[in-house]
Amino acid sequence: MSGTRTTDRTGVAPRTGGPGIGESVPRPDGVPKVTGSFAFSSDLWHDRMLWGGTLRSPHPSARIVSVDIGAAVTITGVHAVLLHDDVPGSKAYGLEHSDQQVLAGEVVRHEGEPVAIVAADHPETVRRALDAIVVEYEVVDPLTDPAAAETAPPIHPDGNLIRRIHLRHGDQQVVGEVQVEGTYEVGMQDQAFLGPESGMAIPVEGGGVDLYIATQWLHADRDQVAACLGLRPERVRLTLAGVGGAFGAREDLSMHVHLCMLAMHTGRPVKMVYSREESFHGHVHRHPARMWYRHHADRDGTLVRVEASLLLDGGAYASSSSAVIANATCFAAGPYRVPSADIEGVVVRTNNPPCGAMRGFGAVQTCFAHEAQMDLLAGALGMDPVELRLRNVLATGDRLVTGQAITGTAPGAEVIRTCVDHPSAASIAEDPMALPGGAGRTADPAHVVRGEALAVGFKNLMFSEGFDDYSSAACRLADGVATITCACAEVGQGFVTLVQQIAHEVLGVQEVVLEPASTETIGSAGSTSASRQTWMSGGAVQKACEEVRVRLLARVADEHGVELDGLVLVDGLVASLTGDLRVDLVSATSDPIHAEVEFRHAPTFPLDEDGQGDAHVSFAFSAHRAIVDVDVGLGLVKVVELTTSQDVGRVLNPVQVVGQLEGGAAQGVGLAVMEEVQLSDGRIRNASFTDYLVPTALDMPPVEIAALIEQPEPGAPFGAKGVGEPPSITSTAAVAAAIRAATGLALPRVPVRPSDIVFGGGAA
Amino acid sequence: MSIDPYALTVNGREHEISEGWPGESLLWVLRERLGLPGSKNACEEGECGSCSVRLDGEIVCSCLVLAASAVGQEITTVEGIAPDGTLSDVQQAFVDAGAVQCGFCTPGLVMAIDVLLDSDTDPDDLTVREAISGNLCRCTGYGRVIEAVNLAAAFRRGETDL
Repeated sequence: MSGTRTTDRTGVAPRTGGPGIGESVPRPDGVPKVTGSFAFSSDLWHDRMLWGGTLRSPHPSARIVSVDIGAAVTITGVHAVLLHDDVPGSKAYGLEHSDQQVLAGEVVRHEGEPVAIVAADHPETVRRALDAIVVEYEVVDPLTDPAAAETAPPIHPDGNLIRRIHLRHGDQQVVGEVQVEGTYEVGMQDQAFLGPESGMAIPVEGGGVDLYIATQWLHADRDQVAACLGLRPERVRLTLAGVGGAFGAREDLSMHVHLCMLAMHTGRPVKMVYSREESFHGHVHRHPARMWYRHHADRDGTLVRVEASLLLDGGAYASSSSAVIANATCFAAGPYRVPSADIEGVVVRTNNPPCGAMRGFGAVQTCFAHEAQMDLLAGALGMDPVELRLRNVLATGDRLVTGQAITGTAPGAEVIRTCVDHPSAASIAEDPMALPGGAGRTADPAHVVRGEALAVGFKNLMFSEGFDDYSSAACRLADGVATITCACAEVGQGFVTLVQQIAHEVLGVQEVVLEPASTETIGSAGSTSASRQTWMSGGAVQKACEEVRVRLLARVADEHGVELDGLVLVDGLVASLTGDLRVDLVSATSDPIHAEVEFRHAPTFPLDEDGQGDAHVSFAFSAHRAIVDVDVGLGLVKVVELTTSQDVGRVLNPVQVVGQLEGGAAQGVGLAVMEEVQLSDGRIRNASFTDYLVPTALDMPPVEIAALIEQPEPGAPFGAKGVGEPPSITSTAAVAAAIRAATGLALPRVPVRPSDIVFGGGAA
Repeated sequence: MSIDPYALTVNGREHEISEGWPGESLLWVLRERLGLPGSKNACEEGECGSCSVRLDGEIVCSCLVLAASAVGQEITTVEGIAPDGTLSDVQQAFVDAGAVQCGFCTPGLVMAIDVLLDSDTDPDDLTVREAISGNLCRCTGYGRVIEAVNLAAAFRRGETDL
């Protein structure tokens, strides 16, 4: 394809060559982050501030008979103890449906649901006050099996079905000559960001409140908080406090309303920081999934039909479950041409912890299943699994199972070919530290077998199904300095760097100032999720800068009586093409130029009753090849090497792209072999980093980047696609497949546990 | 519930702690009483390494050390490893290598790598991974972090500038 550029790893230089697009420009917040001076949300401090805390339900399901706060309020140093009835406005909030209680009233629906909040002079006083609150519960048997949810008595007035999509595509009578069938499961993963939920609310004279909080979407938070406080949105001002990672877990409110209630009640600033244990209870998780599949193909390997039934456990509240099941359903068949499909996606309510957004939402679960099916099909056909994928992989012009034709770039074949063609650097481990089990020197080299496999996947970028998805940005050019205002939440991904690069690229300015992200200064930027901010807020910043550029050139043309189309902006100068006019930016903007814009992607449309429609904007493809060593006697796995290729549209900052690919792969490795929120009767059994294991540097292999496929995407700023989610989608599937290749086991569930390997792991 | 005042020596300066509760960890006192929030509070149970500081040169999780027990010891935090307004070699390498994303684990990693390179300026890959395996990072997958270690190690060997 013309315009295609493949960047191999040698193009990823650690040092920058310049400040513009395509360079590894260093993060502007890098220096404060390495010196410890960057202010995260847990670092906030204020004179006279109080500490807040939350009393949470120990039961997954119970009726609240009574709450006695008498002993708690008399403790010296306690300033407030607040309950459900103290919530001034709406008692419930939610991203898509307001179904989640700010503080539990008559019932609790999951372990850890907030029941009471406290403000006191010291965290230890807070802890004692929480201990002194007496709640009498009438315990109810929890609904914990998602398969029973639809027939069980409703646990919420909105019912137990959150969303069902029954997608039917093409000829429903077609049958393939070869069929393979399997049932797959994905466990509940935690985002496990390092910076715990934290923030500070400061009461404002006259009845408003300022909230400094780590979040992914300030304006959506603001609207929900204001409704719960019974205030007009403009009385609630949110400012982004330093965010220690997000990965989806900060899309929903956590402590936001609690902090504001305590601050407004006490008239003093209140700070709250969740402990790690509380964090596991205080945010949504990745939906666990059960997925049945039947693939049909002709003998030559051409896919003819996919049937699937997907069941996701939404937990007690809806959160973003509707969007998650939409993704799971729309991308259930993977990045392949499938002319006939019958896919039912269901997400239900249970008394398990609420589930919502996590990196790659919906597509992660189904990628694990559809890639296992593709390998199973290759086996049934006696065909090379790479060849099977290449035969069916989507390209521009092909239709998804939703009926939508891909109009943008779709280099699925390129990601596969570059990934499998990349030479492996993996050697056989000699140091026992590098064997499965690592420093414990547990593995017996005689029992270690190696496996290698490929997985391919794709996902939509940005919000879908007709959502009015936009970002706002302003640019003010004064004395040659560009000041950008945008409410995009920087959560670690590097938007703050892209702002510098984009403003430099469009305006030629050397100095770019990014104002703090706030609801006070500009409209919504939308959510930092769905791989959307490079495109959406990057697009808004580009558009604002271009607007300023147009006005600047018009001003110079007007002031100097020259033709507008004879002027160019280059190297900090407005110059005429004839060379006789040169005006420097500083003097040309002594009178500031300001532009504020909204940027929207192309419209999308709802899915119809058959799950058909142009519901998505753009798609990104990725492939991972995994090499693993497995001690088959002990069931231990060492991921030896990951190799990846990704469809990125265009690389705006090479080192930041690499960082996303490496970091996303690590989360995928975690889901493949170690990360699972363990539940027992609805209770989390491992709410700590002692028991919930995330990959360390010894668990992670080197991530070899075979290729960044650069086919500029129409409509995207500089042609760049978001890059954050695909690495998490295909890495899990590839690692699981490599363990299958090493062991010959079906392994239909992730994370793969030692017992699955030692005792066979069940049949697919 | 306070205890008698005591003094801590942090980054070469002596600080008196008055009105402290005896159960306060060193991490808490650094962050909330001494205005040194660079040491981070990611798990407060000794699993993530984000709160790593040096205690008489040895690396410890400050969340697991009672503040009042650190009297008389030299405490070095991320704020104290380079003169104000400058970066240490490890800090500069983190910036140059793109090893910082959200940055919450960064101070702890910087401390752990500083300790490693003090004893070994030419560590192999497994040695590096072992040395930082007590520091959880959720953003980077450790790739750029290891690149930063390699940059800083080469600098300490005198092979490159930073």
